[in-house]
Amino acid sequence: MKIKQIQEDLVDEFAMFEDWMQRYEYMIDLGKSLPLIDSKYKTEDYLIKGCQSKVWVQAELIDNKIIFKADSDAIISKGIIAILIRVFSNQVPNEIIKANTGFIDEIGLKEHLSPNRANGLSSMIKQLKLYALAYQTKINNE
Amino acid sequence: MKNNTNINVEEIRKDFPILKRKVNGQNLIYFDNAATSQTPKVVIDSIVSYYSNYNSNIHRGVHALSQEATDAYEGSRVKFQKHFNAKNSFEIIFTSGTTHSINLVANGFKKILKRDDEIIVSQLEHHSNIVPWQMLCEETGAKIKVIPIDHNGELIFSEFEKLLNAKTKVVFVNHISNALGVINPIKKIITKAHEYNAAVLIDGAQATPHMKIDVSELDVDFYVTSTHKICGPTGVGVLYGKEEWLNKIPPFLGGGEMIDKVTFEKSTYAGLPNKFEAGTPNISGVIASGVAIDYLNGIGLDNINEYEKDLLDYATSKLLEIKDLKIYGVSEEKTAVISFNVGQIHPYDIGSIVDKLGIATRTGHHCAQPIMDYFKIPGTIRISFSFYNTKEEIDIFIKALNKAILMLS
Repeated sequence: MKIKQIQEDLVDEFAMFEDWMQRYEYMIDLGKSLPLIDSKYKTEDYLIKGCQSKVWVQAELIDNKIIFKADSDAIISKGIIAILIRVFSNQVPNEIIKANTGFIDEIGLKEHLSPNRANGLSSMIKQLKLYALAYQTKINNE
Repeated sequence: MKNNTNINVEEIRKDFPILKRKVNGQNLIYFDNAATSQTPKVVIDSIVSYYSNYNSNIHRGVHALSQEATDAYEGSRVKFQKHFNAKNSFEIIFTSGTTHSINLVANGFKKILKRDDEIIVSQLEHHSNIVPWQMLCEETGAKIKVIPIDHNGELIFSEFEKLLNAKTKVVFVNHISNALGVINPIKKIITKAHEYNAAVLIDGAQATPHMKIDVSELDVDFYVTSTHKICGPTGVGVLYGKEEWLNKIPPFLGGGEMIDKVTFEKSTYAGLPNKFEAGTPNISGVIASGVAIDYLNGIGLDNINEYEKDLLDYATSKLLEIKDLKIYGVSEEKTAVISFNVGQIHPYDIGSIVDKLGIATRTGHHCAQPIMDYFKIPGTIRISFSFYNTKEEIDIFIKALNKAILMLS
C-alpha cells in the first residue's frame, strides 16, 4: 500500500472517535501491535534523541524496502511510533523521504509536534527519514 | 472549600488574568509553579506602564525619562535589599536569571582556585548548578565532591562534614530541591563551611517563592534566585553577594556600565553593583520584579507558607490513597512540591493525559538527573503549588489522575 493511502486510512480510523480520550485509547491499542525491536538493539545507539520517554528504532533494508521496528518505555510514545511505522515501514526509501506528514494534525495529535523537548514526535519522524536518506544514499552508490 | 489560613484565595485569583483561561476546553489548573509562577496584573501593568510612560536607558541620561527609569530601577534594588535584609543595596546584583548568577560566581573563582582545591556540591542539584563548576574544574584543576542524599531525599549532613577540609574553597547547595521540594539545612551548612573559610553559594530559586530569606542572619556569601519564580517576569535574576566577596571576584561580562575608565591599554572597573551589570539591563523586568516582591510581601510570605503547607498536606493525603503511588522526597521539611510515580506507568504518559484535561504538571527528570539515578527512575510527575491554587483544583487533579491510570493500565 502507498504511504498516502495508509495515511488516509489512519485519518478515517481516527475520525470514527468522538473525543480525544477515545483517540488516545485507540493510539495506545495501536502501540500494542507495534513490531517490536529485538532487545539487543535497545541501546544508546538506537535511542531517538529528543524524547522525554525512551524510544528505540531499528531499520533494515529488505528487497529495497525499509522495515522498521521499535519500542518505547512509555505507552503513548509507543502508540505514536506505531502509527509512524505503520505509515513508513515496508516502503522504498525515496517515498519515505518525500512523504508529507500533515496527517498527524488530521488525526488529532498536533500537540505532539511541538518543538518542546518533552514531545518526541518530530524527532521520531526525523529519525525515520534519516534512515531512509541513509539507505537511499547507499542504493545510489551501489 | 474552607481554609483556616489568612489567604483569601478567591480574591487572590482575581489578580491573575491567566487563571481565567481554558486549556483543551477545560479550566486551566496550573500545578507547575516550581518551573515558573504566574504573573499578577500589577506586575503586567508595571511593564506596560514602563513602555508607555518612561521607557529610556538608565544611569547616564540627563533627561527626565532616564531619571525616572533610573529611579525605578534602583528603587527595585533597594526593595530586594530590604526583602533579603542585605546590609547594602550594592550587594544586590541584577542578572538574567539564576543560571547567569551561578555562572557569574563560578567564573569569579577562576583566579582564586588552585589545582586540587575542592568544590562541594549536593546530589540534589539542578543541572545548571553543576555544569558551571565542572567547567571551572576543567580550567583550574580543582575537584568536585558530592554530598549524598538518603532515601527520603535529605542530604546526609555527616557525609558533608567528612568532605570538608582545608582545600574546600566553595560549597554550594540549593536551598530547596526543585525535583523533590525538600528543604536543606542551609544555616548549618553555611556555619560548618565557614569553619573552613569556604565560600557558600545557595541557589534559592525554589525557596524565595515560599519563605522569607534573611541573608544577614544566614551569613551566606552568595544567594541567588530568579524573579519569574516569585510572580515577576522571566529574564531577571537577583544575586546577593557579600561586599567583600563581590569586591574579590572579577566582572563576568565586559561592556558598558561596568567600566570606570577605558583606554585601549587597560580599563578600570566600576564599583559595585555596576561592575557586574554590563550593558543595558532588563530595565522593565527589574522594575516589574520590584513590583512582584511588593505584591508577595503584601500577602505575606508567612501566610503564603502556611496556606501552601495546607495544600501540600491535603494533596499528599489524597495521593497516598491511590494504589501503587510512590512519593519521592518525604522529608518533614519540604515545600509545596510533590514528585511521584504510579506503579510502572511512565510519568510522560500521565503528564500527557492530564494535560488533555487542562492540568499543567511537569514530567521528566526536572533537570536533576543525579537524583533520578539515585532512585533508579526515568523521572517523576511533579506537581507544585502556589498560593493561588485551591483544594478544589487538587480534587479535580486527583480525578484526572485516576482517569489517566485507568487508561494506561
